[in-house]
Amino acid sequence: MPAKELSPIDVYKLLPGTNCRECGETNCMAFAARLVNREVPLEKCPPLMDPKNKPLYDKLWELLRPPVRAVEVGVGDWKVTLGGEYVVYRHELTYFHPTAIAIDLSDELSEEEMEARIKAVREFEYEYIGMKLKLDMLAVRSASNDPSRFEAAVRRAWESSKMPLILCSLDPTVMEQGLAAVSDKRPLIYAANRDNWREMAELAVMYGCPLVASSPFDPKGLKSIVKTLLEYGVKDIVLDPGTLGSEGLSETLNNFTALRIAAIDRGDDLLGFPLLGTPISVWGEEAEDPVINEWNEAMLAAALIVRFADALIMHSISGWALLPIVILRQNIYTDPRKPVSVEPGVRRFGSPNELSPVLLTSNFALTYYTVASDIESAKIDCHLVVVDTEGLSVESAIAGRKMTAETVAEALKNFKVGDLVKHRKLILPGRAARISGEVEELSGWKAMVGPLDSSGIPKYLAENWKPD
Amino acid sequence: MSESKRRQILPIGQDILEALAKLQEVELEDVEVEFEELELSLSPSSILGVPAPRAPVEAPVKAKPTSLLEAEFQLPIEEYPGVIVEVELGATRAEGGSRARKMVIGGERAPAYYSFLQDTPHRPVIALDVFDYPEVRLPRAVKMHVAEVLHDPAEWARLSVERFGADMVNVHLLSIDPLIKDTPPREAVKTVEDVLQAVDVPIAVGGCGDPKKDLEVFREVAEATKGERILFGSVTLDMDIEATARAVEENGHRVIAFTSMDVNKARELNRKLYDHMPKEHIVMDTTTAALGYGLDYAFTVMERARLAALKGDPELNHPISSGATNAWAAREAWMQLGPQWAPRELRGPLWEAITAEALLLAGVDYFMMMHPASVKAIRMMIDNLMARRRPEKPIEWVGLRI
Repeated sequence: MPAKELSPIDVYKLLPGTNCRECGETNCMAFAARLVNREVPLEKCPPLMDPKNKPLYDKLWELLRPPVRAVEVGVGDWKVTLGGEYVVYRHELTYFHPTAIAIDLSDELSEEEMEARIKAVREFEYEYIGMKLKLDMLAVRSASNDPSRFEAAVRRAWESSKMPLILCSLDPTVMEQGLAAVSDKRPLIYAANRDNWREMAELAVMYGCPLVASSPFDPKGLKSIVKTLLEYGVKDIVLDPGTLGSEGLSETLNNFTALRIAAIDRGDDLLGFPLLGTPISVWGEEAEDPVINEWNEAMLAAALIVRFADALIMHSISGWALLPIVILRQNIYTDPRKPVSVEPGVRRFGSPNELSPVLLTSNFALTYYTVASDIESAKIDCHLVVVDTEGLSVESAIAGRKMTAETVAEALKNFKVGDLVKHRKLILPGRAARISGEVEELSGWKAMVGPLDSSGIPKYLAENWKPD
Repeated sequence: MSESKRRQILPIGQDILEALAKLQEVELEDVEVEFEELELSLSPSSILGVPAPRAPVEAPVKAKPTSLLEAEFQLPIEEYPGVIVEVELGATRAEGGSRARKMVIGGERAPAYYSFLQDTPHRPVIALDVFDYPEVRLPRAVKMHVAEVLHDPAEWARLSVERFGADMVNVHLLSIDPLIKDTPPREAVKTVEDVLQAVDVPIAVGGCGDPKKDLEVFREVAEATKGERILFGSVTLDMDIEATARAVEENGHRVIAFTSMDVNKARELNRKLYDHMPKEHIVMDTTTAALGYGLDYAFTVMERARLAALKGDPELNHPISSGATNAWAAREAWMQLGPQWAPRELRGPLWEAITAEALLLAGVDYFMMMHPASVKAIRMMIDNLMARRRPEKPIEWVGLRI
């Protein structure tokens, strides 16, 4: 049954029904509701773990397992999980495992080039609303088709990065030599196709590594390879349905979409595996300037993040091209069930006193965290009034009349801001400038208009803040 | 739920996911045993005459396949009962207007670009933003392309169409804002008439966001441009909906129903409009937030609305409009962030393009955009999505020398 159609009743019927509260919930129905939301594992129910309840446990497992199986790649801190998804559209539940991004590493690079590239991938990091956005994997490519060269590159990639690896070669001899160097690091093998599946399957089974089944633009062939690999004994499979930009884009997205819908809504188990996209394919097209390929690669990656890819292999390491990609991924994989807002109220930053500035912002989570991080990184002592704008940003709240002179005056009064400071000066966001006059009239506070973007707060305060 | 509680839940949830992922392997092995047993009866070893190894009774050794096992694949075809209404924008001379051609948006019977279900009936429209107020806040990367025409909306419109390839232009009447210049409606009429003179594509006219002033201005502009099928943006829940709808409808125009990111609000506004105008005259806009600044909500509200409409919801089956220009509200679009993220001259337009791209895939039919490079990228993306060409062969990227 697709996860979106599963109701707590379906699960409740299979629970032991003791209402023993050993799981921490008030009754079995409450536990069932949390199971349906995938917020707790079955093992939290002690009666269910009793061997005599094994049949119930097995039924529940089958009911609750993700239709897109989870495949782990790598070992240690950087280990990633691909897939493990329950729904086609994020609003039907949520997505769980963000699209893992691998950057390629050709075995033809010099040692210095390789080290520089590994370092750039490993150290890529962007701080975004309290999270560190990073890249996930290295895809070592045998461009040389020379087994020893490949082995050396694979070894270096592992030793210098400890990141999960995708080993890329369609030649089983080359693959074997590379694989032997990192066989206990759980690399993902790319790839088994119609021609080499037997040798690749043998390697995957022998080393216990996950394997990509590749059959570009041929879903029937892809499914046949999966069927054969499973029969061969390969357990962890990733699907490569083929990726092309330009005029191949439509067919690329068609395949990703059809495969994902077949796996989740039609229960096609042979297709219930993570999907690998390869935006790196755009580099096979001639371009006057590599910047064009970088741009096109980013656009293709974005389409695949929206359309169900669980992993991507990319080539560009330019920050301007990767930043929108890692942020898009974060956005799409955010749990839509979580509220968008933070609690209204007054927050203290640093050690504010009765002469410290009073700033004001909306309770939209992204706005709040952006403002908070700008204040914190500038080490400013201040009070920040968070107005209830029903989770809208300042600009939208002003336009939608959720942030008005009335709501601002009310917030100042309800949060007793007047008790915190001696002065009566309120710094409004620049985007709230149009209500500043009315705020003064209604609240009796002097309304100062702050910068349009909170990055301007330190400079603004340095130039304009005097408590009296 | 308080914020502190919410924060506590987060790490617990991650633990569970990991536990689930681990436990799943155990489960999969069980499933697979059954699968293998089923397949065993078809085991090729005996067929091929290879002597089967003598297996211990309790654990039969399975023969590995020696040739590819063919599987059947069927596209997950699905018929959706709903259809998005078609909305015509702009009227030609023969139709009582003065445009060289009209645009049609909508008509979808399947989710956006599920071309295994349906070819996209109409190209989404890319409309460029033009402002009647030279002091409008524009990011530097955008301003440099329109610096020459900032003082002349008609010239700005002409540049947008002739140089940047706009399908339509959105004339935003910012200067009518009581808090900006509070210009009278007749000046707005003049601006719109000048733009209609300067370009022959269909146009949209946007207000300032003040519910009273917008209605006042829309009334006069709508009358003065009767029959042009202008797209008026926007009618909102806090306007006099009947009066706005009538001003638009009586003069043969079209309207954007604009709400916050809330499917129910969109339904409510559409329902109220149905009393005063045909469905085919309404485009809906559920608000566009920038990539990184709420795009997830904007995306999901549009995707939900579109899927609901296709499943038969009669109050959401309208073409969707998006102000992708809002992408520039993201600081990552315009700010200097250090050498690793440079140059912002590329990062900014890519930001707008990817914001628009995500929403294109959610179902947007009408884009308001700004940067010429973003516009070009989205136009190419639409070309490629509509091309429906089967690739001849994949790119052998493993061996690429790049």
